Formats: sequence, structure tokens, C-alpha cells
Amino acid sequence: MTDPSHFVEIRHAQKSFGALEVLKDISLTVERGQIVGIIGSSGSGKSTLLRAINDLDPLTGGEVWLDGVQVNQKLSHRKYEKHINQMRQQVGMVFQHFNLFPHMTARENVTMAPLMLKGISKEEANTLAKEQLDKVGMLERIDYYPSQLSGGQKQRVAIARALAMKPKLMLFDEATSALDPELVEEVNLVMRKLAEEHMTMIIVTHEMDFAASVCDRVLFMDQGVVVEEGPPDVLFRNPTQPRTREFLRKHLEGAK
Amino acid sequence: MLKVYPFFLEAAWITILLAVLTAVLGLICGALGAAARLSRFAFLRFLGAAYVSVIRGTPALIQLFILYFGGPQIGIQLDAFEAGVIGLGVNAGAYMTETIRGAIISIDKGQREASRTLGLSQWQTMYKVILPQSARLMVRPLGVNINALIKATALVAAISVVELTYTAQRYIGSTYKPFEMFLLAGVLYMIIIYVTGRGVAWLDRKVQIT
Amino acid sequence: MGLGFTIIPKYLDVILLGCAWTIGITLAAAILSFIGGILFAVIALYAPWLIRQPFRLIEWLFMGTPLLLQLFLIYFGLVQIGIDLPAFVAGIIGLGLHFAVYNSELIQTAILSVDKGQMEAARTLGLSRTEALRKVVVPQAVRAVIPPIGNNMIALLKDSALVSVIGVSELTLSAQRVIGRTYRPFEFYLMAAACYYVINLAMEWLQRKIERRISISR
Repeated sequence: MTDPSHFVEIRHAQKSFGALEVLKDISLTVERGQIVGIIGSSGSGKSTLLRAINDLDPLTGGEVWLDGVQVNQKLSHRKYEKHINQMRQQVGMVFQHFNLFPHMTARENVTMAPLMLKGISKEEANTLAKEQLDKVGMLERIDYYPSQLSGGQKQRVAIARALAMKPKLMLFDEATSALDPELVEEVNLVMRKLAEEHMTMIIVTHEMDFAASVCDRVLFMDQGVVVEEGPPDVLFRNPTQPRTREFLRKHLEGAK
Repeated sequence: MLKVYPFFLEAAWITILLAVLTAVLGLICGALGAAARLSRFAFLRFLGAAYVSVIRGTPALIQLFILYFGGPQIGIQLDAFEAGVIGLGVNAGAYMTETIRGAIISIDKGQREASRTLGLSQWQTMYKVILPQSARLMVRPLGVNINALIKATALVAAISVVELTYTAQRYIGSTYKPFEMFLLAGVLYMIIIYVTGRGVAWLDRKVQIT
Repeated sequence: MGLGFTIIPKYLDVILLGCAWTIGITLAAAILSFIGGILFAVIALYAPWLIRQPFRLIEWLFMGTPLLLQLFLIYFGLVQIGIDLPAFVAGIIGLGLHFAVYNSELIQTAILSVDKGQMEAARTLGLSRTEALRKVVVPQAVRAVIPPIGNNMIALLKDSALVSVIGVSELTLSAQRVIGRTYRPFEFYLMAAACYYVINLAMEWLQRKIERRISISR
């Protein structure tokens, strides 16, 4: 197989848990600066695909390439650990349930990994924390613990934590699904800002409006396959597949 | 080595006897303590709380010493075994008070209200509704108390009751084989604890079914 | 012989010195039991099978036998293998190990109950498993076990009385020595009990304070 020419390249991704096949031969490419949305009902495999990109849920078959390097290499345990930590430092991830470290302040959450892994100084870390927290509008809460923050604020700190590693790629796994409706917009705003800065992003979401307005391309997944993909105005307005139409109809009804 | 076995077995019986008597006394003290702590009368509540706080706040060893060595000064003459049972029983009772009380207050308030709206008296409510439910919750934590109590019986070695630990100490001194003596006594303790644990588990299953 | 508490002030210095020893021994054993507890917990959860199994056996032995018996083993056992430690050191080691085993149980449960998302988040940042354990999982587990470990430490204070039996001049043995001179066991044991009770209250107060402090960072 030739070396990949795309920034992110997923080739024939396959994943099963026992007899259950959650990803069935999925191939996907993402270019630098692109924003790709993945939609689909729960159990469609969209989160599993996203988590395969940094090998959090290793694939049973297929390859994931990032910027010319294969992520899911078969290596000895020791070598794999070294390799994957290297890869993960280049990929930021934002979780549905934030997963902020509750025993650290916002500042410490943001600076812990850069301090440990990039060998930056205390002052540099401080500047970095201020810079990143300012970007997500959380500078004034820099010394707060997660337990003192609202859901939206937690998620913004979690985004700052991921950004502090200066990732090439950001993965969002239903970043606003666990939030109260009135807190969703503050997180979306931060993501829009990243889009304006041409951050490469893959966004798993159930918010059709947001996906439509921010993504360059949207994929609809169902039962472990990509049913349809295209620019948002095409996919949302004129879906060609019956399954896509069905999903969108249900979802738009639900939204009203 | 062989010569010491009979002495250890005899000592194990003393430990078992101590543990059984202590557990019985502990349960009585625990039930009374819990009743006092949940009483309508402030004075009884205070007495119950003071009992728990003072006994749990000081070493059992000191309590034994006060009873055994200090007792005669205030007219209480006990032999070492009696002092051991009473001292350890009263001590265990303080821990059991909290276990029993905890199980009773964890029963939903709605149960009490439902019972009272049916016209049952406070005592009838306690007896017919609350206690049967909390008894189920008590078995396991009381088992933990009893496990601790079995190990605490070793303390009476310090007032020269010839039980397992005292025997082990004596033979460590005379045989210079600390590890062997420790293992011998240790295994006997663990058998006692294991059998008791199985008994508690059996009882726990039984109360869960009914 | 009746009671007479007026004799107490005469020996107050001996008793207070005993208190100081009791506090010192409790503190030293507490630190040992805390560090040991973390170490034992990590071994029990993550060490290879060959290390884990004999370790389990030791843990089992320590939880199934009385502390007093263990103190005899450590004190006389160490002498047996040629290590002649002062009694108070043997006492600290015995108390420390005994409570390390109990702390380890608590810490193991706490480590296992730290949300799996925490490990994932740390791993996605590029931390290795060991780094994630050290920086993210273990600190959270430690916070979660501080209240129950506090209870263990209060139990440790009371169990420190047992080291009097192997000849450590802490509070209990100090009281005993005074009694040997005065023949007034009731008064002086009661005095010792009062001292323990006060230290115990102070520890409970401290425990509540620490709990409030950490509740925010959990």
C-alpha cells in the first residue's frame, strides 16, 4: 500500500466486539484545515470511529494514518506505548463528559501534560495556561477547581487543556451532549473560533444546525457504515439515501 | 514443636470462649446503646452518645487496665477472664451501637410515616416495620464488628489471660522461634475468623431471602 | 484503698512525656502506613502475578491476626534474624505495616472507582499509563480515601497503646510505671484514658477540617 497523501487517512477500518461488528470497512480522508462532522444515531459507530483515530478504541482491522505516520502500528508493547503517546500528543480530544481532572485547578488541568511531556518551564506553562484559558473565555476562572464550574465552563477548560498541547488535529466526541441547553452555545462559540483559525477538526455531534454551519463535510453513519457523505447543504437539504432522509426527518421533528 | 500444639489448642478454646461471650455482651450493649441514642429523652440520648464517644475515643487496652487493675479500688473485684469479657464486651458494644443505629436510621422515613398513618404506635412501628427491615442491613456490618472483636481478644494477654496471643508470646520467649509461634497462633486465629465469617455470610443470605 | 486524684500533678510530667511519645509514634506510623498503603495498593493492582500472590498472602495474614501478635512477631522476629531494633522502632514498623495493609484495601477500592474517563483523558493527552496513574488516578484515589483513612489513623492512635507491651515508653507504659510507684492504677489509667481521649478529639477535629478542604478538589 502506498504512503498516504492525505492528512488523516482511515483505510478499511473494521472493529468488532465479539460477534458484534460496530465498524464495517470504513474509509475516510480528511485534509489539513478541514472540518468534518459525523452524525448518526447512538450505536451507529460514530464515537468508536472517532476514538479509533487516537487508538483509544483500537481497530480490529484497517489502518489509521495521521500526517504520514500510521497511528495503529503493530509494535511490541514497549515501542507501541512510546509511539502512541507521541501520536496522542498531536491529537487533542474533547469528551462528552469533560473528564477534567477534579483534583487540579483549571490552570493545572491545562499545564499538567505540557509540563510533563514537553519539558516547558513553569513560567512558560503559566503563560500557556493564561493564553489557552483566555481563548476559551475562562481566564478569570483560572484557579477554580472543576467542581466550582458549570458544565459549559468545564467543557471550555477541557478544550483549552487539549489545545495546550498544540495539536494538529482536534477530535470532539459529542462535546455538548451532556450540557444543559442554555450552556451549549458557549461551547459552540469556542469551536467556531477554532474553525476560523483553520484548526483541523473531526466532530461527532447530534446538533444538526451546528454541523451544518461549521463543517466543510458531513458524514452520516448507520450500523457501522458511512451511509452518505457530502457538503452540509447537500447532505442536509438533498440526501440521496433513504436511511439519511429517515434519520434527518426524525431528528428535525425531534428538534421542533 | 510438637509439644506446644496441645497448649495452643487449649488456648484457642479460651479465645473462642472469650469471643463468644464478648460478642453476646457486645450485642446487648449495642442494642441498649442504640435504643438510648434513638430515645425520645434527651438525657438517654446524651448517655448513649457519651458511651460511644468515650469508649471509641480511648484504647481498649486502657479500658481493660482500668477495670482489672483499677476496679478493686472502687470495690470491683474481677478475675482476669471476667474483666476481659466485660471490658471487651462493653468496648465492642460501643461500635455495635453505631452499627445498629446506622441500620435503623437508614430505613426510609416514608416507612415510618406509612406505618403511623395506619394507626400503629411508635413501638409497634419500630417492632413490625423498622426493625425487620434494618435487621437485614445489620448482619454484614455486625459481622465486621465481630471480626474486629475476635482480634481484640488478644488484648487480654496483657492482663495474663492464657489465650492464644499470651500462649504464643510465652512460647516465643521459651523456644526462640517467633515465626513458627506466630504462624501457629495466626493460623488458629484465621480459622476462627474464617468460620465466623462463613456463619455471618450464611445468616446474611438467610435474612436477605425472607 | 480509696481514690485520690490529688496525686496526679506530681507525676504530670511523666504522663505528658508519655503523651508526646504516643503522638510521635502515631504520627510516624501514620506516615509509614500511608506511604506503605499506596505502595501495597499499586502492587496489589498492577504488579506481575509472581509478586502479587505472595504479597496477597502477607496481606491476608496481617488482616486475619491480632495486631498484638504481629507486634510480638516483629519485635522478637527481628531480633531472631539478628536485627536488634529499639522497641519504639519495632513498634512504629509494626503499627505502620498493620495499618498500611488496611489503608491499601481502601486505596485499591478507590483506585478502581476513579472514573475510566480520567485515564482516557490523560492518555489522549499523550501521558503513558504510569504517568497517568501517578498524576491523575492515584491523586484522586488518595483524596477519595482521606475520610476513611482518617478513621484508620484514629484507630492507630488507640492501637498505639499496644506497643507498651513490647516496652515502648509511651503513654500507657508511662502510666504503668507511675502506677508501679504509687499503686494507684484507677487514677492514672483514667488519666491516660483522658489524654488519649483529648488527642482523639483533636484528630477528629483535624479530620473534619481536612475533609472540608479537599471536598472542593474532588
